[in-house]
Amino acid sequence: MTDSARTHHTFNWLPDIPEYHGLWSWVTSIDHKQIGIMYILSALFFFIAGLVLALIMRIQLMLPMNHFVSQDTYNQIFTMHGTTMIFLMGMPLLFGFSVYLVPLMIGARDMAFPRLNALGFWIFLFGALLLYFSFVGGGAPAAGWFSYAPLTEKGFLSNPGVDYWALSLLVMGIGSVATGLNLIVTVVTLRAPGMKLQHVPLFVWMAVTTGWLVVLSLPALNAAIIMILFDRLLNTHFFNPTHGGSAVLWQNYFWFFGHPEVYILILPGFGVVTEIIPVFSRKTLYGAGFMAASTVAIGFLSFGVWMHHMFATGLGFSVLYVFALSSLLIAVPTGVKVWTWIATMWGGSIRFATAMLFATAFIIQFTIGGLSGVTFAVIPLDWQLTDSYFVVAHIHYVLLGGMMFAMIAGIYYWFPKVTGRMLSETLGKWHFWLMVLGFNGTFFGMHILGAFGMPRRVWTYPHGMPIVTGINFFSTLCAFLLAFSIFLFFWNMIYSFFRGKVAGDNPWEAWTLEWCCSSPPPPENFDRLPPVHSRRPLWDLTHPEEVKQKVGGHAS
Amino acid sequence: MDLSYSQISSIFHFATEQARTIVWLQYINLIVCLGFFLTVVGLLAFAIIKFRQRPGDKEPEQTEGDTKLEIAWTLIPFLIFLALGVLTFIVMSSVNPPVGKRQPDIIVIGHQFWWEYRYPRYGVVTANEFYLPVGADLMLELRGADVIHSFWVPDFGQKMDAIPGHPNNLFLKPIRKGVFLGQCSEYCGSQHSLMRIVANVVSPEEFYKWIAIQHHVPNLPTDKISQHGQELFMSKTCVQCHNIAGTKAVAMAAPDLTHIATRKTIGAAVIENNVENLTQWIINPQQFKPGCLMPNMRLPESEAHDMAVYLENLK
Repeated sequence: MTDSARTHHTFNWLPDIPEYHGLWSWVTSIDHKQIGIMYILSALFFFIAGLVLALIMRIQLMLPMNHFVSQDTYNQIFTMHGTTMIFLMGMPLLFGFSVYLVPLMIGARDMAFPRLNALGFWIFLFGALLLYFSFVGGGAPAAGWFSYAPLTEKGFLSNPGVDYWALSLLVMGIGSVATGLNLIVTVVTLRAPGMKLQHVPLFVWMAVTTGWLVVLSLPALNAAIIMILFDRLLNTHFFNPTHGGSAVLWQNYFWFFGHPEVYILILPGFGVVTEIIPVFSRKTLYGAGFMAASTVAIGFLSFGVWMHHMFATGLGFSVLYVFALSSLLIAVPTGVKVWTWIATMWGGSIRFATAMLFATAFIIQFTIGGLSGVTFAVIPLDWQLTDSYFVVAHIHYVLLGGMMFAMIAGIYYWFPKVTGRMLSETLGKWHFWLMVLGFNGTFFGMHILGAFGMPRRVWTYPHGMPIVTGINFFSTLCAFLLAFSIFLFFWNMIYSFFRGKVAGDNPWEAWTLEWCCSSPPPPENFDRLPPVHSRRPLWDLTHPEEVKQKVGGHAS
Repeated sequence: MDLSYSQISSIFHFATEQARTIVWLQYINLIVCLGFFLTVVGLLAFAIIKFRQRPGDKEPEQTEGDTKLEIAWTLIPFLIFLALGVLTFIVMSSVNPPVGKRQPDIIVIGHQFWWEYRYPRYGVVTANEFYLPVGADLMLELRGADVIHSFWVPDFGQKMDAIPGHPNNLFLKPIRKGVFLGQCSEYCGSQHSLMRIVANVVSPEEFYKWIAIQHHVPNLPTDKISQHGQELFMSKTCVQCHNIAGTKAVAMAAPDLTHIATRKTIGAAVIENNVENLTQWIINPQQFKPGCLMPNMRLPESEAHDMAVYLENLK
């Protein structure tokens, strides 16, 4: 009795926000926080969908020559898994974070174009539902998440799956460009008084760079998708070699978008980790200038490396070599980030809250993903390893062990701000350790599968392949452990939303502007802003003497 | 059947001169990556242990950075990656020399979901299992008949895409005899997973013997069962896709069956090649290789059997 009474009491203790009551207020909202939350919730919903698809694949691959699902179903499932995790989970998750946090971090009331922001979200949601409608609308797409031509031509895949895939991505792609543009304009025009560009938190830097990448790369995909739709629906022959089209052309268009896309997905993750590590190490970010510059360098270089996805398509020697060098080069600014994070922890006073645990695991796992990426830049090794399970391991170390671990760290870090309650640290630590075990157990062995000759996207594999059989079995077991850890995570979010400890405005003693408004923030965000003289305005408030040194005695 | 995976094949094993060079680069790259990884993990582990928050910790010193150190950790990886770039250049030049006017020794054509091999110099066409003489300096040409496939035998050192309308080349100098397995590694549709490659590297004498067999036009069937089988084959839709030299079956859309009896497997190394398996395959190939383009022929078992007996005499 007393327990429930106390919970009831704490529940009322959170600030009540009448503007956010009722479904209608969410459907009609142009508030960046509501839109951000809706983005994140949709992303988490599709995360579960993608996870279920992944488990079906793992069950199928658990034993050689298994018939758990048919080969055609399997092909649809891996296509939908990839498309879901990239476009329906990754993109909306990072947009959700960016749209929610960027205005708060720069001390703005909302995004520059609030209605465009809402449009972006609803376009995404209905585009995503359109993709899933394909399951009942004649068959899901089955050409892989990058839909290589000419397999996507009507003659090879005649069910409407690829049409759904193309239309859905086209719709979402238009929404993404709008949101990317909105992020850029917001940061350029709506920064708090006194906040110069070098005072902008690193997460915002990375969100803006992401915005640029979105605006510049997605049109390539959108254009190519229109061409594939023309091929399928109007009998044009852009990608049909038997009628003079080019199969390789699609790959150039797709990867011109697709490689920046990798950085679109990972940069906000970098941003999240770059916010978390200083706060939990109680130190300012080491080498912030290099960190910002390396972000921009990655942004530029990411447009010059796309052909490393195509090293086995028979390119000319000079083209191969230029793209090998650019792909090796992009590892340098990425490495700078890793050193910077470690140097920030060095000499600090590190608190290992769950958010920091995830950020630390992110560094290690992302390093593995980065190094397997370097391996692909060494072309003769790419010729061996591309299109094998080694690539599957690589992409999951970058996007699940990297991007997703960073985003989960971000959820543990900002959940108190968004909801007003802390996530349970006990459940959080269980979640963390099980997820680290489950993730590495599932995916590390895939490097070896690739090295021992298992191509990606195979529905099954023969009996008696040495090494391959055992690793596949182990990987499936670990995939279930991974799924269980995700279940704990969702349970933690649901439980803590109702029963979690009340957070207060600044539970982590952080320094960026979002922590100076109440938790959850009121619709107008800020009543008044503290003066901004550096990247850490709230730190400056408690260290006035250092601010005086920095701004020459003019601190207010 | 010699496909029991008795030997391990991997990117660290090599059966060609080219693969040997690439394996060497694999080890160097592995050492570089391990070096970076251990540095990162070592530093992190030290930081985690040494700088973990303890009760009574004062606020740590707020170090903003050190330009020299930052330049160092940008420049040193840059130089290491540059070195990797130089090695890439050296290995690439040695394993992929310019093609010039050289004609291919073997043309490999990827079909949904099997492989066609043509030896233009000898006028030989075969499917799914092919032969290479050890020690010869060979150039393969890769073509895609329908969609994009990728030819990958890990022991040969590299894969190369077989793209329709965009022929590619692959250089091989086999240095070890044996049966080397591989498979299509670019997703190519429904039955991508069972599109396997069987490469037999044999001595030059055995190779020429094999070529001579391929040149031989099979004798006409003499026993009743085979004759019945041949009649059936020629009267059903089989002839619209398959070729058998010396008969009216001259289509090229499916594997050439002229010497099918000399092959060890059926359906791109899916099942062992013998009369019982072939009978079942003819009755319904989809039970072994769902999604393959050969339809369910709906033949009574006796007819399928006679046809299988006929085919198993094609040597």
